Amino acid sequence: MKTFNYHSAKDVKEASKLASSNSAFLAGGMTTIPSIKLGLATYKDIINIKNIKSLSGIKVSGKTIKIGATTKHVEVANSKDVKKAIPSLAALAEGIGDPQVRNRGTIGGSIANNDPSADYPSACIALNAVIHTNNRKIEAEKFFKGMFETALKNGEIIEAIEFSIPEKSNYQKYPNPASRYAVVGVYVAKHKGEVNVAVTGAKPCVYNDKDLAKALSNNFSSSAIESVKISSSGMNSDIHASAEYRANMVRVFAKKAVEAC
Amino acid sequence: MASLVGSRVERKEDKKLLTGRGRYTADVNFVHQTFAYFVRSPHARAQIKKIDTSKALKSPGVISILTGADIVNDKIGGLIAGWRIKSEDGSDMKVPPHPPLASDTVNYVGDHVAVVIAETLDEARNAAELVKVDYKILKAVVSTKDAMSSDQIYKDIPKNMCFDWLLGDRAKVQEAFDKADKIIKIDLVNNRLIPNAMEPRAANADYNPSTEEITLYTTSQNPHLARIIISAFNGVAPENKLRVIAPDVGGGFGSKIYPYAEEVVCSWAAKKIERPVKWVADRTESFLSDCHGRDHVTHAELAVKNDGTFLGFKNETIANLGAYASVFGTVTPTYLFGPCATGVYKMPAAYSNVKAVYTNTAPVDAYRGAGRPEATYTIETLVEKAARELGMDPAEIRMKNFPTQFPFQQTLVHSVDSGDYVGGLNKAMEVADYKGFEKRKRESASKGKLRGIGLCSYFEACGIAPSPVVMMLGCGIGLWESAEVRFNPTGNVTVFTGSHSHGQGHDTTFAQIAADQLGVPLENIEIAHGDTDKGPFGYGTYGSRSLTVGGTAIVKACDKIIAKGKRVAAKMLEASVDDIEFSNGEFVVAKSNKKKTIGEVAFACYLPGTYGEVKSPLPEGDEPGLKETSFFDPVNFSFPAGSHICEVEVDPDTGETKLAKYTAVDDFGTIINPLVVEGQVHGGLAQGIGQALYENCHYDESGQLVTASYMDYTMPRADNFPEFNLGFTCTPATSNPLGTKGCGEAGAIAAPPAVMNAVMNAIGTEISMPATAEKVWKACNKNKKSNSEAA
Repeated sequence: MKTFNYHSAKDVKEASKLASSNSAFLAGGMTTIPSIKLGLATYKDIINIKNIKSLSGIKVSGKTIKIGATTKHVEVANSKDVKKAIPSLAALAEGIGDPQVRNRGTIGGSIANNDPSADYPSACIALNAVIHTNNRKIEAEKFFKGMFETALKNGEIIEAIEFSIPEKSNYQKYPNPASRYAVVGVYVAKHKGEVNVAVTGAKPCVYNDKDLAKALSNNFSSSAIESVKISSSGMNSDIHASAEYRANMVRVFAKKAVEAC
Repeated sequence: MASLVGSRVERKEDKKLLTGRGRYTADVNFVHQTFAYFVRSPHARAQIKKIDTSKALKSPGVISILTGADIVNDKIGGLIAGWRIKSEDGSDMKVPPHPPLASDTVNYVGDHVAVVIAETLDEARNAAELVKVDYKILKAVVSTKDAMSSDQIYKDIPKNMCFDWLLGDRAKVQEAFDKADKIIKIDLVNNRLIPNAMEPRAANADYNPSTEEITLYTTSQNPHLARIIISAFNGVAPENKLRVIAPDVGGGFGSKIYPYAEEVVCSWAAKKIERPVKWVADRTESFLSDCHGRDHVTHAELAVKNDGTFLGFKNETIANLGAYASVFGTVTPTYLFGPCATGVYKMPAAYSNVKAVYTNTAPVDAYRGAGRPEATYTIETLVEKAARELGMDPAEIRMKNFPTQFPFQQTLVHSVDSGDYVGGLNKAMEVADYKGFEKRKRESASKGKLRGIGLCSYFEACGIAPSPVVMMLGCGIGLWESAEVRFNPTGNVTVFTGSHSHGQGHDTTFAQIAADQLGVPLENIEIAHGDTDKGPFGYGTYGSRSLTVGGTAIVKACDKIIAKGKRVAAKMLEASVDDIEFSNGEFVVAKSNKKKTIGEVAFACYLPGTYGEVKSPLPEGDEPGLKETSFFDPVNFSFPAGSHICEVEVDPDTGETKLAKYTAVDDFGTIINPLVVEGQVHGGLAQGIGQALYENCHYDESGQLVTASYMDYTMPRADNFPEFNLGFTCTPATSNPLGTKGCGEAGAIAAPPAVMNAVMNAIGTEISMPATAEKVWKACNKNKKSNSEAA
């Protein structure tokens, strides 16, 4: 491990000011710390934002749930408000990693990292989330740019994620048998007048499968999925799953999600 | 006192291990400790043109950097192949040099190039990045199947072949095949596995300049073997100046039987710099440089009559040794594999031909089961295929070919002293509700799932010994075991064993044996192992040998204690030795109430005279003290056997295979502690099922290890398993007084064929291990397509 300067920011303004092109914000550290230890990442400055109280917590208001960026997975999983308003979101949080990860990892960290097989990005897409940063509000569809790439600018900090409460929704994933990350995860959400089918794990970046969404908005049943063409082109292929297999799993898990809605 | 042998005594060692109070090699720190970090080859095959350490030497905290040139200068010997195998044509096996630090070539990713020793681990690691190695990259040989026709890795080893070994009679087999109604053929791959002991390998060597003695703490299953190899072959220090301690060790599964380069280098370096040198593998180093297991490509054939009678068997295997011949790397695919290839069956003629090849991958050595899982997988998938092709029930074809008379002279080598294969399979079928399978299959089908059932009947040769036999077969060491039973003056007992416990539970089971023999309470017995300065020389723990060989040595040493105790008690009780009877810890004069406890006798042995109340003159000719040693060399291997039945449920939409039911009925002879034995079976099953469904070591074409972390190497987890239904039958072994047979490897041997036979039964297609979801899905799809085309 290479040495770095450690800072503990007392508020968002200070944290943002400390940031540089060679710094990282530290919340749960579930990706950052192992990356540093393995020598995959080196930083000059590590800026701890865990002590900024305003970044944590869950608020429900009418049509949305707003979750602070440093809220831990376990808090989302156990929240009565989340379970009541969007049970699938609580279930997703319950299924991330293992108890150690859920008790340290944060929703903001997961989204900012945008791992191609992370769970939360699919929730953001499916639930029409708005990402609140210290500068602006970004719609989920515009936030996730590519593999490990987001719309966040240098020094920009996620403050909260605001999810729209759908009529019904469900998330199903096929975990990688080794890492238990999603090989394919499908988040189906039926909103008033719209259906989203967000897919994680299958491609370099989470996406909304418009064909599946369209078929389901016409007929919200698993049988509607059968006739939709799911192309394997552009899908990830590795020792665990070929693109062809991933395409099949998108269909199977979309069906499972619709049936569980 | 009730007998402790056979009772479910909770493991004495669990409290410390489960509460974090175990003391492992990584926990040991010496004064003036230094830390080693190894520079490893990033290439599978390359020439080292130059190593430049000048920049790294200036890095903060660096004490020393050693390379292959220093190994050569100091005349440190290479790592050894411990078992000499001869080819069919009589020629000796071909072994490349294996220096502890590479001198001119590197031959797998992770091969040792240099070691950086610094004040802290971070300093050593940072400096290691500055060691500049100029490589000329060469084309790597990776594929087992193609190794013989690939580029030649070593100058003197044509076709990359170590040996071409034959066991059995080709002509007799041909005669049998000529008479057959049908020949069943199979091509299979026994997938390469990475052992993944929970505790990574580690070494910490301390040199004492005043005594010139090295103390090496290391993660070893076999500290005495480590000492003799590091002394006699690597030449680091004479045996009397090298103490090897294997403290608590967190699992080995074969991968820690023998010393590796790191132990040699740490010991040598500690002497060189006169400071203690510590190395602890990180997980990536473990994946790259622990010896791997299995990796066979096999073609096998079975000649049968139409009624299912077996006539002959042939087995042509290519075994991958990796880049070098490791200590047990050559015996694993030969004498541990070939003799078991015909399984539990009467087989009039058979041969096993094994070509062992070098590739640019990590060395392959013994891994739980070592050769016997490979043998069992071959014969048991072949037998199942024969049943399918002959339209017979898989249980029926097995029953038909089981021997019923014991001792049973097995076709190739072994004389199996005891067993009841028919009874074992019958019991397994009963426990598994074999008859109810069709009903369960229909229930699964109603949920859209494909249910399959698979059997495996196995035997294995373990408790590896006797020494004269194994040495005749090329083994470089004897394989007896030692025990020393030492009464302390106050009546408690320390038992020193040459076996080594790294998860097997010897602290408990060996104490149970000694407690029964001596009539001393369990809590008054301490089992000491893992320190070459404490007990007598021994051969460690592997090959399911500790109880049958090491446990018996304890019994023999206890017998000697009791014999002396009788003489001393006779003197104390003023009786004739012939009238002294020993039971439940008491020496009693026959037909009287005159007696002395074994504690009193022990005390008398240490206070031989008359002093006030103490009146304990020793019999004439007996020395003071009460300590006896035994070296036990059995007359034969032990031959556990059993039948396992697996049921799986396959989801054809995803290819996911769920283990629905697993039944294991094993015959381990006498069982000392059922709790410990069940734990051993569970552990073995987890590894066997892991091989069948999940684990796979994958190198890419350039020889890079793709599965070098838990992100990509699938270790099975608790939620992958159902509750195991275990049952036991018992035919005691005749080769040791306890009647025990080895149990440590059975699960890893029997599970792969049982699981794979079940998967293949479910989907109706042959597939290779591991039966991953995608592979099974593709097989299901192919079936679907060919069915619809047929329609």
